Amino acid sequence: MKMNIKDFKTVEVTTDLLILGGGMAACGAAYEAAFWARKKKMKVTLVDKAAIERSGAVAMGLSAINLYMGLKDRKNTIEDYVRYVKNDLMGIARDDLVANIARHVDSSVHLFEKWGLPIWKDREGGYIREGRWQIMIHGESYKNIVAEAAKKALAELGENGEYYERIFIAEPVIIDNQCVGAAGFSTRENKVYIFKARAVLAAMGGAVHIFRPRSVGEGLGRSWYPPFNSGSSAYFTIRSGAEMTSQEVRFVPVRFKDAYGPVGAWFLLFKSTATNALGEDYMKKHAGELKKWAPYGTSNPVPANLRNYLMMIELEKGNGPIYMKTDEAIKNLMESHTDRTAAAKKMKELESEAWEDFLDMTVSQALLWASTNVEPEKRKSEIAACEPYFISSHSGASGAWISGPRDILPGKYHWANENMTTVRGLFAAGDASGASSHKFSSGSFTEGRIAAKAAIAYCADNSFRDAIDKDKIHELRNAILQPLLTYSRNADYANDRDVNPYFIKPRMFMFRLQKIMDEYAGGTGTAFKTSRALLEKGLEFLQYMHEDSVKLAASDLNELMRCWENIHRLWQAEAHIRSVLFREETRWPGYYIRTDFPEMKKEWKCFCNCRWDTEKREWEMMKKEIVELT
Amino acid sequence: MPSFVINEKCDGCKALDKTACQYICPNDLMVLDRVTNKAFNRAVEMCWECYSCVKICPNQAIEVRGYADFMPMGAAVQPMRGTDTILWSVRFRNNETKRFKFPVRTIPEGTLEPDAGYTTGTDDVNSPLLRTEPGSLGLPGLPAPDNLKPVNRKP
Repeated sequence: MKMNIKDFKTVEVTTDLLILGGGMAACGAAYEAAFWARKKKMKVTLVDKAAIERSGAVAMGLSAINLYMGLKDRKNTIEDYVRYVKNDLMGIARDDLVANIARHVDSSVHLFEKWGLPIWKDREGGYIREGRWQIMIHGESYKNIVAEAAKKALAELGENGEYYERIFIAEPVIIDNQCVGAAGFSTRENKVYIFKARAVLAAMGGAVHIFRPRSVGEGLGRSWYPPFNSGSSAYFTIRSGAEMTSQEVRFVPVRFKDAYGPVGAWFLLFKSTATNALGEDYMKKHAGELKKWAPYGTSNPVPANLRNYLMMIELEKGNGPIYMKTDEAIKNLMESHTDRTAAAKKMKELESEAWEDFLDMTVSQALLWASTNVEPEKRKSEIAACEPYFISSHSGASGAWISGPRDILPGKYHWANENMTTVRGLFAAGDASGASSHKFSSGSFTEGRIAAKAAIAYCADNSFRDAIDKDKIHELRNAILQPLLTYSRNADYANDRDVNPYFIKPRMFMFRLQKIMDEYAGGTGTAFKTSRALLEKGLEFLQYMHEDSVKLAASDLNELMRCWENIHRLWQAEAHIRSVLFREETRWPGYYIRTDFPEMKKEWKCFCNCRWDTEKREWEMMKKEIVELT
Repeated sequence: MPSFVINEKCDGCKALDKTACQYICPNDLMVLDRVTNKAFNRAVEMCWECYSCVKICPNQAIEVRGYADFMPMGAAVQPMRGTDTILWSVRFRNNETKRFKFPVRTIPEGTLEPDAGYTTGTDDVNSPLLRTEPGSLGLPGLPAPDNLKPVNRKP
């Protein structure tokens, strides 16, 4: 099919706050923004590439909320949380941002409960903890509930509250180093959209499918983080000229092998252990290795990346598979139940809890257990390290460098309203903002709220810029639709719709990127190892990809979206390679190892930031100081 | 193919202006074939197996066949999502079947109140208090960062 770009209408929308995304952070932003915008008689517009009801990483549901402080019950302190997060990230975290989310997050969780989210309760009515910071939920409809709240909040604004679904945002609109809007297209109708706003909040999630996944057939889509998180937040902020942080801090989760089911409930709730094929607990066997990574390695809990690393040592020795001892864990939990009826009841409960953990958030894992006849109480299951992802809401940290709150670490990281990037008018939250790891679903929603309130305050103090002129709109429109034009001009040359010397389709473009990243930037194929020589070679190949990106071709709107998603991935990939190259040490050995600098170094206890200069069109790399609370 | 459509059961959502699966898929995979009037998954290798299409289909015409590149054949996991609970049927390769039922909501869809009965303790858009706070925190005020003192260490 060939599409004529002359058939496309250009739709212009003017608003005060433009929220980009539809996941947890964007829904939190819409919820909060609506309240303050109403007082200021302002307009709020949310734009999502999917349907908000099932959009973002929580689309499938969740079985736990991984961040609930319990401040009202004095269960934890903010200081404890800040220490825990920074330790997990080997000293690299913005304490001000982590503390800010931690002091607000309980409010969001209490709202979720009132909105109808079923939370597991003990006999006294308290939340049941999975671990110190986590609570268990019946979370199949978590996202539906949060989406309903966001939509209702926008509806409170009447005609000043609106949301658009199935619109893909391709590019930021920048005038004089200020973000004044965003440009994209509908994936349902022939329409280009130009959104003009006083403030823009990027909350379009993290990035997946940048590294080659372990499964490359049908299972390509079974990434742990969703395949529709395509690096749009990173692209939007980088291309706006915003300073980025921790672009080297990818996340490699260890999950049940292949279907990537969650392990949190097994490790924390069921107190399971993991061993190599010989039955040895690698955490005990290699405890000595942790001293090399002190003070982080010798703290409790051991950072996620170091737990990965000790497991990887075993795999390198050929001592795999690695097993989660589910059978043993259940046996231990059953030991105290000697009465036969009580024991049967307890077993039924445990079985239901174990299966719900998967059915709530990773149905594929239940399907894999069923297809291999696994009953967890009878047989242990394999676990393995996934491919790397970009997700600052979990144990990764990559995102935009944002202003902290006024009242925490005053004067250190505060240059503008909370969560504003270094570009005026551009805010970030969730996976879009960096160095505030462990926000998870509740913290991302909360950070969206914080950022949206700050953005409304910014709107109140800043008037509109002039209209985006006709030439600029024309230029954006042409750039956005270029892949359709490239296809329609060249498709007839060859008798194959995908193989043609004049263009490249987004699917192969993605595979090319994944191959480069896997082989040169330390993917699963090289056991997460890389070096200067490899990274520089990878960077050379990425430059060819940049040049070829202008030849991306699309035959329909869905393929046009795939073209843009992969342009977005390419920029996230480049920011990553450049940052891994810049940091001449190994700090997170379970995420990646620089074989030329295999140790952690004092002089690299700092943030590695980078910025793409929109005028000079070149990258700038820089170190930023870590200021510590507590 | 991860999610697939059963020909006999799919009616192309003829009563609706667009198919339910097309509306919901987070990765924009479900489309309606205008000729056969059946929906289909256009790129199965991009499917996350999130079951959003399976759960929303008014005719229960969509099921999931596990990723063929790593799942042995014969198992099926099928939900029936009601207004307040979800019922799962898990059929093993050896034909053993397990059924589970979990709550999904404690109040009916469409009835939630954004403020949930809390009032907001300030009108000041520059205050750090968020909507519904401090009531929704269960605390008299926002936890002060007073005891969070900076300790400067040069990198």
